[in-house]
Amino acid sequence: MLETEFNVRSPAPAWREETQRAASPEVLLETRTLCFDAGGRRLIDRIDIDIRAGRRTMIMGANGTGKSLLLRLLHGLIPPTRGEVLWRGRPLDRRGRHAQAMVFQRPVMLRRSVIANLRFALAVRGFTGSERTMRETEALQRAQLEGLAARQARVLSAGEQQRLAVARALSCAPRILFLDEPTASLDPVSTHAVEQLIREAHADGVTIVLATHDVGQARRLGDDLVFMHAGRVVETGRVSDVLNAPRSEAARAWLEGRLYLDSSS
Amino acid sequence: MGSFLASLGEAVGLIVTGDPDLLEIIGLSLRVTLTAVAAACVIGLPTGAVVGALRFPGRSLAGVVLNSLMGLPPVVVGLMVYMALSAGGPLGPLGLLYTPTAMIIAQTILVTPIVAALTKQIVEDLHADYAEQFASLEVGPFDRVVALLWDARFSLMTVALAGFGRAVAEVGAVIMVGGNINHVTRVMTTTIALETSKGNLEVALALGVVLLTIALIVNGAVMTFRATAARVTYA
Ligand SMILES: Nc1ncnc2c1ncn2[C@@H]1O[C@H](COP(=O)(O)OP(=O)(O)O)[C@@H](O)[C@H]1O
Ligand SMILES: [Mg+2]
Repeated sequence: MLETEFNVRSPAPAWREETQRAASPEVLLETRTLCFDAGGRRLIDRIDIDIRAGRRTMIMGANGTGKSLLLRLLHGLIPPTRGEVLWRGRPLDRRGRHAQAMVFQRPVMLRRSVIANLRFALAVRGFTGSERTMRETEALQRAQLEGLAARQARVLSAGEQQRLAVARALSCAPRILFLDEPTASLDPVSTHAVEQLIREAHADGVTIVLATHDVGQARRLGDDLVFMHAGRVVETGRVSDVLNAPRSEAARAWLEGRLYLDSSS
Repeated sequence: MGSFLASLGEAVGLIVTGDPDLLEIIGLSLRVTLTAVAAACVIGLPTGAVVGALRFPGRSLAGVVLNSLMGLPPVVVGLMVYMALSAGGPLGPLGLLYTPTAMIIAQTILVTPIVAALTKQIVEDLHADYAEQFASLEVGPFDRVVALLWDARFSLMTVALAGFGRAVAEVGAVIMVGGNINHVTRVMTTTIALETSKGNLEVALALGVVLLTIALIVNGAVMTFRATAARVTYA
C-alpha cells in the first residue's frame, strides 16, 4: 500500500531506467592511480578500478589490506595522496557525494530513537514534510523495525542496528551504496537479513560496493570482484571466475587459507 | 560540644520555622546562582560544542584557554568585575556595583569556562563516534553542533549542575562585587562568613545545613542524569 503510494508520488528516478536500458552500463565511479599514504607508509597503492552502474562489486582481501581505506576514498571521506576519484567522469564533488551512502562496519547510531535516526539522516539530506514521513515509514518497513520505531537505537541488537543502518542509508535514495564488512560481527540469521536488504536495494537499481572477507557472501551477493593485497588491486573479474580460478598468487593463497607474504614489489 | 549542639538546635529551629531573613538570603542565593548558571549555559554550551566538534584554525589554543579559565581564582574575577563596575571603571555609569546583577556577572564569568570546558570534552568524545557518519551524510557545522548538544543532553545536565555547585558555594567574588549588604546582596556563603566572624553560629549553621542539603540534591540529580545517559547510550 505504502509502496504504491511511494511510487506514485515519487516515481523511480530516470537513471534507473537508463541503467536497465543500457547494454554496457555507465561507469559510475572510477579511480585513477589512486594512492593514500599515512604514517610514512603507502597504504593504497596506484589503484585503477571502474565501478559500473547497477553492478555489485565485492572488495576482498585479508585484514589490513586496505579495503576500508579504499571505500573511504571512493566515498570521499578522505582525500587521496595522489590520483583521483571520478564520479561519472568528473572529480567527485559535493553533488556526487549526495548520490552516495555508506554503511560502516560498526553501525554508527545516534543516541536517539530508531525513527529519530532515520529522520536525522533524511533531514540532513533535505527531505521534509510528507516526503520525509513517507521515507521514514518505508525505511522502518524495509528494516522490519516498525515495532521498534520508538526504541533507543543503541539498545537494539547488533543485527537490528545494522539493518537500521542499511535502511537509513537507503532512505536517502543513493545511486551507490558502500558497505564495509556489514555482516562481519553478525550471526547467520542477521547476516541473511542484511544480505536480503542489499539484494532488494540492488533490485531497485542501487549500485553496490561491498567490502567483505567472506567468500560465501561474495558468491551470494557479487557480480564483480576486486581482490586486494597490501594496498594494491591484484586481480579483478567476475566473482565466480576469480573465486573458481584465481590468477594471482595472492588470491590463490588467500582462498586456500595460506598466509601470503609478498613484499617483492 | 554542648554549645555546638545548642547552636545546631537553634539553627534547625530557624529552618523549620521559616525565618524570613533566612528565606530571603536563600532566595537571593538561588536567584543569583540560577541566573548565572543559565547565562553560563547559553554561552558555554555552544562554545564548548564548537571547540569540541569543529575544525578551525586556533582550535587547540581555544581548548587550552578554556581549560585554563576553568581554574580562574574567584577573587581575581571579583577584582576584575569590581574594577569594571566601580565608579571610575568602563561600566561604572551603569551603577551595578553592590547589586545582585554584579554578583550574577561575576558568577557567570566564573562558571562559563567550566561549562564550556566540560562541554568540549563530552562533545569531543561523542563526535569521535559520530564523525564518519556525519561526514558521510555531509552534516554541516551548525547541524553538527546542534545534534551533538542534543544527543549529549543528559551528560550536559551534569555539567550545568557542576556549574551550579561551584557558583552556589562561591564566596570570594560575590562578596567583593556584592558587598554583602543586608537585604540587598547578602547570600548564603557571604552570610555564613559574616555571621561566623560575628559569633552568630546558629544563623551560619542553618545556612550551612541548607547549602549542604542543596549539594546533596545536586549530587543526587547528577547521579540520576548519569544513569539516564548510560541507559540512552547503552555504553
Ligand atoms: N589513518 C590511518 N593512519 C595510518 N594507518 C592507517 C590509517 N587507516 C588505516 N591504516 C592502516 O592501513 C591498513 C589498511 O587498513 P584498512 O583499510 O582498515 O584494512 P581492511 O579494511 O582491509 O582490513 C592497515 O594496516 C591500517 O593499520
Ligand atoms: Mg576494514
